[in-house]
Amino acid sequence: MLLKEGEFRNPSGCAISGVIDRSGKKISGQCMIDSIATMHDRSNGLGGGFAGYGIYPDFKDFYAFHLFYDNASSQHEAEEFLKQHFEIAYYSPIQTRKVASIKDEPLIFRYFVSPLPRKLEASQLDESEYVARCVFHINTTVKGAFIFSSGKNMGIFKAVGFPEDVGRFYKLEEYEGYSWTCHGRYPTNTPGWWGGAHPFGLLDYSIVHNGEISSYDANRRYIEMFGYKCNLQTDTEVITYIFDFLLRKKGLTLQEAAKVVAASFWSTIETKGEEDRAQEQLLRRMFPELLITGPFSIILGFHGGLMALNDRLKLRSMVCAEKGDKAYIASEECAIRVIEPSVDTIYSPAGGEAVIYTLKGGVNA
Amino acid sequence: MNTFIYPEYEVVRNQDNCIACRVCERQCANRVHRYDEENKKMIADSTLCVNCHRCVCLCPTHALKIVRSGDTYRENANWDMQTVNEVFRQANSGGVLLSAMGNPKNFPVYWDKILLNASQVTNPSIDPLREPMETTVYLGKRKCEVVRDQNGKLVDTMSPSLKLNLPVMFSAMSYGSISYNAHESLARAAKALGTYYNTGEGGLHKDFYQYGENTIVQVASGRFGVFKDYLEAGAAIEIKMGQGAKPGIGGHLPGAKITEDVSATRMIPQGVDAISPAPHHDIYSIEDLRQLIYSLKEATGYQKPVIVKVAAVHNCAAIASGIARSGADIIAIDGFRGGTGAAPTRIRDNVGIPIELALASVDQRLREEGIRDNVSIVVGGSIRSAADVVKAVALGADACYIATAAVLAMGCHLCRTCNTGKCNWGIATQDPELVKRLNPNIASQRLVNLLTAWNHEIQEIMGGMGINSIEALRGNRLMLRGVGLNETELKILGIRYAGESL
Repeated sequence: MLLKEGEFRNPSGCAISGVIDRSGKKISGQCMIDSIATMHDRSNGLGGGFAGYGIYPDFKDFYAFHLFYDNASSQHEAEEFLKQHFEIAYYSPIQTRKVASIKDEPLIFRYFVSPLPRKLEASQLDESEYVARCVFHINTTVKGAFIFSSGKNMGIFKAVGFPEDVGRFYKLEEYEGYSWTCHGRYPTNTPGWWGGAHPFGLLDYSIVHNGEISSYDANRRYIEMFGYKCNLQTDTEVITYIFDFLLRKKGLTLQEAAKVVAASFWSTIETKGEEDRAQEQLLRRMFPELLITGPFSIILGFHGGLMALNDRLKLRSMVCAEKGDKAYIASEECAIRVIEPSVDTIYSPAGGEAVIYTLKGGVNA
Repeated sequence: MNTFIYPEYEVVRNQDNCIACRVCERQCANRVHRYDEENKKMIADSTLCVNCHRCVCLCPTHALKIVRSGDTYRENANWDMQTVNEVFRQANSGGVLLSAMGNPKNFPVYWDKILLNASQVTNPSIDPLREPMETTVYLGKRKCEVVRDQNGKLVDTMSPSLKLNLPVMFSAMSYGSISYNAHESLARAAKALGTYYNTGEGGLHKDFYQYGENTIVQVASGRFGVFKDYLEAGAAIEIKMGQGAKPGIGGHLPGAKITEDVSATRMIPQGVDAISPAPHHDIYSIEDLRQLIYSLKEATGYQKPVIVKVAAVHNCAAIASGIARSGADIIAIDGFRGGTGAAPTRIRDNVGIPIELALASVDQRLREEGIRDNVSIVVGGSIRSAADVVKAVALGADACYIATAAVLAMGCHLCRTCNTGKCNWGIATQDPELVKRLNPNIASQRLVNLLTAWNHEIQEIMGGMGINSIEALRGNRLMLRGVGLNETELKILGIRYAGESL
């Protein structure tokens, strides 16, 4: 019998694409669908997904939970838990349209929630940690329920299928955000489970990833010491937790976190100026188990920006381009050219070189 | 009356090749060979032979070999020959049987039941001849807070650590149990390789203070040679709580080995037996260990990491958890195959557990308790090859200790009679005539050769797995698969069976 995703490790090749308008102007989800569709051959129809930031301005102070349910009883159980821990401002099924190639859809619901103050206080946790632990609780213990998006004013949409079909399925042309990422999956197994598609998200962070990391179990066994549970056994999941740990829990900057996961070689660090050398050596000594080896190209989505990062040997293709306030990241140049034929600049970042694009006016612009 | 025991091994001489040069006679401290004037030929008394192969290696005409003698009692699956002979020996002497080097019995070697992964198609392997392949390791606590200065730069608040160019160190062998030249060879090799050797419990000879940056100084239950300069001389301090070859018991260096130099280094009288008590008599519980750890840190101004070395026994995971909360920076675990200069045979052959299982359970336990960052883990007893090192790191070790492999590199042929003090290779002896046979220029180079070769192999294996830093291999148990193991063994090792997919 085929195992469900999460019961085995599932490496995959992929296509990724991302776009941000640094002036904060809204971009339609259609733009991402067009981009990822160009890289059709990099996916094999076993997973696709999108993350949009700034898409829920009317509920921007609430955590937007997107859930898959296998059936009504898993929904009932999960909702009981949600009601006990959150005030639910609004909820409804996520609107979809029938697409011939998208089959076996689960129940898909969206909840805008805020932690119950009394519960939050009793937990002695900060708000983000409280929310993260509730997400882990449902994903680990409620059978048939899976929270696949849990940030504020952002949302992840994913399914089994080719990514452009997934985008049409979720009617993403009706959403507008200041940044988007998307992913087409080429797994080497046949999972057939929607939760296993990418992007993977926790709170405001989302990751789309192309690659297969060789450090997986070293990373997983380390990060699980800090309360993270790698239920899906995918690279994307563990990479998301690593960034959440380094950025949210440890307070590192994006550049510092990039120097942990795609550290410069010791021999390269030796050649750097005194200050950089000391900082990079220290980061490697502090978090050696969070070094990621093996091929990857990722786009980290966060509140107010995107970060692109390649493994330190650059074993996966990835290009970055700019046109005015807009910035683009994609596995292949064609995925950028199809939505912006005349870019101002375009280049291929070096291995381990973090490329960070942020809103000019900050998050609230 | 002593029962005669026929020698297990026999010296065979090809008389056609022998030129009666008498090298074998001069080289054998056990007086096996002599020249028979009457018959004008060399003869050998195999009853004295320990099978150290010194004569075999030095015979210029290759006229010598040592073979199983083949003498046998009536075969008996229960009473094998060695068991019977040990009864004879004890009936002869009334004494406790002594042995040297590691447990030679036929217990499972788990390293040989673990296979490694390699990448293909979805993840490229990496060629270490073309790309950097990092084997540098820092040992010490990694638990640290992110602290910034007024400019927002990260401040280094990490505890002192050891930097190793490769994940292998030379483990503890005392001056006394091994020779001056052996110590010098280890010290020089450690310096050349960018790793560390370990004084063992015998103090540090004044000549070797110059290698302090590559020296781990040990504090054991006898406290031999421990004083302020000694503690300050080393790069790290190791508290020896146990030894894999003889868990639960102390040590005994016979007075004959306490020469003038050894006496001065150990700070004990010449010619008097040196007894290390079984426990540290100031450590009867974990809180006492904590006090010793902090005493040593106080004495050295918190500048040096403190290692606590324990033997792999049944509750080592719980002990390790205690040690990880007691201020130690590194835990060294010594498996039941670990070597020794002398140990009671019954203890060596029956006490302790395999290092593979001890390592797996300690690493997992510390992770479950969220305290794996409190300490680094070093394992020894026994690590025999680069493949063992890679498997140990993938199971969760930060680095390995080797000693048997190191003495082999210096010439030892594992005759396992170190306790007699008559080592023909000049390693486990204090006899000046024997010691000078070991040339530190050559022996240190051979040690460097060995670990350089291992490091190449480690890099090759890592590259095959698509891993270009040893840090990404540490605890990466998905890279391992078991063969010939039962469910319980797989569970303890935390690995899957070969053929089970990712």
